[in-house]
Amino acid sequence: MRIPLLLLALSLAAPAAAVLRVDINTGIAQPLPIAVPAFAATVPAATQAGTTTDLGARVAAVIAADLGSSGLFRPLDPAAYTTTVTAADVTAPQFASWRTLAAQALVTGNVTANPDGGITVGCYAYDVFSSEELARQGFVTTAANWRRAAHKCADLVYSRLTGETGYFDSRIVYVSETGGKTKRIKRLAVMDQDGANHRFLTNGQNLVLTPRFAPNQQTITYMSFADNKPRVWLYTLGTGHQEVVGEFPNMSFAPRFSPDGNALVFSMATGGNTDIFRMDLASRRITRLTDAPGIDTAPSYAPDGAHIVFESDRGGSQQVYVMNADGSGQHRISFGDGRAATPVWSPRGDLIAFTRLGAGKFRIGVMKPDGSGERLLTSAYQDEGPTWSPNGRVILFFRTVQGRSNTALMSVDLSGQNERRLKTPLDASDPAWSPLLP
Amino acid sequence: MLNRAAQLTLIAALLATAACSKKKPLPPPPPPAAAPAMAPSSSGNTDTAMAAPVAVGTANIPGSVADFKATSGSDTVLFGYDSYEIDDTARGILGKQAEWLARYPGVKVTIEGHADERGTREYNLALGDRRANAAKNFLGAQGVATARIATISYGKERPVAEGSDEAAWAQNRRAVTVIIGGAR
Repeated sequence: MRIPLLLLALSLAAPAAAVLRVDINTGIAQPLPIAVPAFAATVPAATQAGTTTDLGARVAAVIAADLGSSGLFRPLDPAAYTTTVTAADVTAPQFASWRTLAAQALVTGNVTANPDGGITVGCYAYDVFSSEELARQGFVTTAANWRRAAHKCADLVYSRLTGETGYFDSRIVYVSETGGKTKRIKRLAVMDQDGANHRFLTNGQNLVLTPRFAPNQQTITYMSFADNKPRVWLYTLGTGHQEVVGEFPNMSFAPRFSPDGNALVFSMATGGNTDIFRMDLASRRITRLTDAPGIDTAPSYAPDGAHIVFESDRGGSQQVYVMNADGSGQHRISFGDGRAATPVWSPRGDLIAFTRLGAGKFRIGVMKPDGSGERLLTSAYQDEGPTWSPNGRVILFFRTVQGRSNTALMSVDLSGQNERRLKTPLDASDPAWSPLLP
Repeated sequence: MLNRAAQLTLIAALLATAACSKKKPLPPPPPPAAAPAMAPSSSGNTDTAMAAPVAVGTANIPGSVADFKATSGSDTVLFGYDSYEIDDTARGILGKQAEWLARYPGVKVTIEGHADERGTREYNLALGDRRANAAKNFLGAQGVATARIATISYGKERPVAEGSDEAAWAQNRRAVTVIIGGAR
């Protein structure tokens, strides 16, 4: 299950200056109407994933779903499209007919079968009212890998229209759950950001929790109760190899990778006291980072690797703290009502997402790294465990229904809008979003 | 590292014991469990044609897991919200567990610490560890060799009660003494 790296971006031409722009900072009351008609088959041909004509329709559907899921765009109903986009229309769209449908942006493209069995997906974005081209890019990949070409195209459009990098060509690792509350069966699972290509990684025999991707996305660290020993493990995606990172006498948990992928930070409990440690993965040597009596856990590196945010109850209740990467300079940053837990540093570095506990609820919030500017984004019985989209604009978390065992993955954007449930085959918790795929 | 860990364990144990003893002296050991006399009542109506009750074979095998639970009153002690304090009820149960364990020195146990659902996942793993260790330290202070006592935390992953209400939460905030070897 190695992630195919064979995805080549082709520069097709320099795009013209943009006039159309989506402001993603304020929250979108009116999503931008966008048309994404089926991509044209340059020459109808067979591939291992179907004909180029079929692929063209499927690629367009994936792009429309991606853009629609952001809440910033409103893909038009394909049933309203009056004409089929031909290969010639891709580079010379019939803007008048798209204006009639009130589409403000248009994404077209083509699919070509390559002699080596692969495909090239050409991706074009236009401003319908000014008739200007906004972006174009070709993506070369294997036929089986067509969804990634579609996600890359959606990222291109998102990026061109918002000024931010995209996040659609990415994956999610999480814990799939089933069974009653008292006998929950939990399995590691991975899927694309849109739920496609879902795959279970473990069989449910052992209780597994809190998976996180390595920066290279080929390794996952997680906690497992295998052999009735709660410890930190590594899972290699390509081979399915699983290994425990260290034979510690006590529970090790809450593992996360450092931004360079060379180290883990995690908690170890000793006689009721929990501290945070760093492990160099090459030597497996561990260094203590915190030494306070109490529970220090849920560490998360800043993207530059210089700081670590974590939670501690050393002051009497669970609160968020920041320290230097060597453990020095520990200071509290959360001061709102109730407890603050599970801090996660944004990949942009500008914000920390966390879980706010109070008034019988768990809510997802964000604050700046100095603790100021706290905003709560959700409100339900229990929303827990935020994780950031690769561009730091969307937060995924899991929601537990009161009185029931049901858990589900939910996403919300930074403005607190566009709350959506991510479909999973079973119940789901502990999501972790990957960086953008290479 | 080991020294520090040992120190921390010791300090935690001392703190736990100190906290407990400050509050209230340890309860006196309970009287030896005598089999309740089941003699037929001789008072009152002697002519009620009632056969004398006979003890049915419910007695547990001494030294068995069932005997441990019956003698201690419970294998489980409960905690307050976000607390790992051993309260009076828990003290009574753990005191009896310690006595029983003193009687059967070959028995080894694992204390499982658990939390209710009102904490985040990783914090609750640490909280369950605190609870298991609070119970372990109490047994240790009662003279049970701590080498006989392992601990494990399940956080909020293994509740016994399914609800999302105080009654369910109260049952789920617990430390369970599980015999893992040496019982009859």
